[in-house]
Amino acid sequence: MSIRKLIPRILLYLVVLLIVIWTVAPYAWLVISSLSHKIDLVTVPLKWSPLRLTFDNYRSLFFANGETSVNVGLFFTALKNSAIISLSTMLICMPLGVMAAYAATRLKFKGSNGIILTSMITQLIPPIILVIPLYVIMRKFVLIDKQIGLILVDITIGLPLVIWMMRGYLASIPADLEDAARIDGCTYMGALVRVILPLAGPGLVSVMIFAFIASWNEYLYAYVFTNVQAKTLPVLIGEFSTKLGLEYLKIAAAGVLASLPPVLLALGFQKFIIRGLTSGAVK
Amino acid sequence: MRNPLKSLSDNKRTLGWALSLPAVLAILGIVVIPVIQSLIQSFYQRDLSRPQLDAFIGLLNYQNLFADARYLHSMLATFRFSLISVIFELILGVSIALVLNKNFVGRGFVRGLMILPWAMPSIVNAAMWKWIYNADYGVLNALLTQVGILDQYKIWLSDPFWATALIILANVWKETPFTVLMVLAALQTVPDELYEAAKVDGSSAWQSFISITVPLILPVLMIVSMLQFIWGFQTYELITIITGGGPFSTTEMVTLRVYATTFRSLRFGYGSAMAYLTSLFILVPVVIYIRSAYKKVVEY
Repeated sequence: MSIRKLIPRILLYLVVLLIVIWTVAPYAWLVISSLSHKIDLVTVPLKWSPLRLTFDNYRSLFFANGETSVNVGLFFTALKNSAIISLSTMLICMPLGVMAAYAATRLKFKGSNGIILTSMITQLIPPIILVIPLYVIMRKFVLIDKQIGLILVDITIGLPLVIWMMRGYLASIPADLEDAARIDGCTYMGALVRVILPLAGPGLVSVMIFAFIASWNEYLYAYVFTNVQAKTLPVLIGEFSTKLGLEYLKIAAAGVLASLPPVLLALGFQKFIIRGLTSGAVK
Repeated sequence: MRNPLKSLSDNKRTLGWALSLPAVLAILGIVVIPVIQSLIQSFYQRDLSRPQLDAFIGLLNYQNLFADARYLHSMLATFRFSLISVIFELILGVSIALVLNKNFVGRGFVRGLMILPWAMPSIVNAAMWKWIYNADYGVLNALLTQVGILDQYKIWLSDPFWATALIILANVWKETPFTVLMVLAALQTVPDELYEAAKVDGSSAWQSFISITVPLILPVLMIVSMLQFIWGFQTYELITIITGGGPFSTTEMVTLRVYATTFRSLRFGYGSAMAYLTSLFILVPVVIYIRSAYKKVVEY
């Protein structure tokens, strides 16, 4: 390769390297911090390779570990709450959303466009508007600090998301297949179950992941609607970082653990996720 | 021999409504009715701490908001935060997307990495940057002093300018990948022949970027920036964790103000009015977004 071609090539790789560093470095530092001894990170000037790795920060989230750790039970409860709430939200939103999306895209009855439009507008309503009336309602029905309360509230995020994204996937399945099934004597329901859903498989998976991540990462509603019992991981991390002023490394460990499910799911299913993101334009 | 029940259930209209009903009821119950309720509430004085004063006061809450210096300041801070974020996300997002659209070894891997910031819980993003910006042990101070840019450690978040700049940086880091992925997807739809033809005509790379790429990805850029502007107005945890609205309320965004008014001062009527008035400001981007995205739906 000639020099004239080589230099732009090298430049390109340098720029790519910069992009990778910019994307990964902040998170990498969080992971490194969570695996370090405190003493190694509070030295000035900072040593860049605190290579004495330790799992103490993680252990202290789960076990009392000699030192007085009030956070042990807290972390485990929050983890359990987060798992139950986001899985339930997902499991409720999927059937409701898939049925509505199918009806709106395939059956094209009067009012089907209204459903799509509503699901779109709902996604844009600022949570700060919804949080006030929802609080009043939840207080009235004694749902504050209950898992079921937060599940109901998270449906306001998950359901429109599922409808809006499924609409995109269903619209990409050719209508001919359904027509063929109809000619063979299938009802609309039969066509949905036997023809459409199997074909929409990858779409279903990515929509499920989106619904799960949205609920898992949600902070404002969980912060307002829970106190002790139903507190989720994001709320606990928020509390850690305002109250445990000096326990950075414990916060780092909790943060890494809380980010693992969404990050691993997203990286593992990145093809689906990127397609879902770009076709649906959702967060 | 048709089963009447079957033909009824196989009717588009009946089945359509039957399938949509659960979702419609859910959205009605937990979104539509609450939103209307809070609109009504915004015309009332409703202070939980002084229930005896509850009364219908018409537009008074809204009138008071225009004289509420702290609220107006928070609007300005939010507007500035969202606008500057969007500008950086666009410039950075388009640049990164253009690079990732080139051919190089490991391209798929680097593209995949883009979802890392997107997938992270925003509260973890906030805690992560707070740790990076830490005045005593933060990696930002360590880096800048060791490179020689800074003589001594700086208390970043107590400086109004830097506090704003750094929450924008944290926001841009998390949101830019969305722009990158959207622009990358849009770039795939630009036919290579166009560039080749332009090259034959003697266009420079910059000229073909301006005359071919930009017009073709413009609709996507429009949608992305509208969405990110709207999301900027909804930012809450990033600010409450990193700066808590400080220093001297310079980074106090509307969401923090609404939260404090409603859930600390317990002024539910005034808080609702504040949330509504604020949302009027994002109405224009919301309408633009809905019109362009909905047009896509109708075209199907």
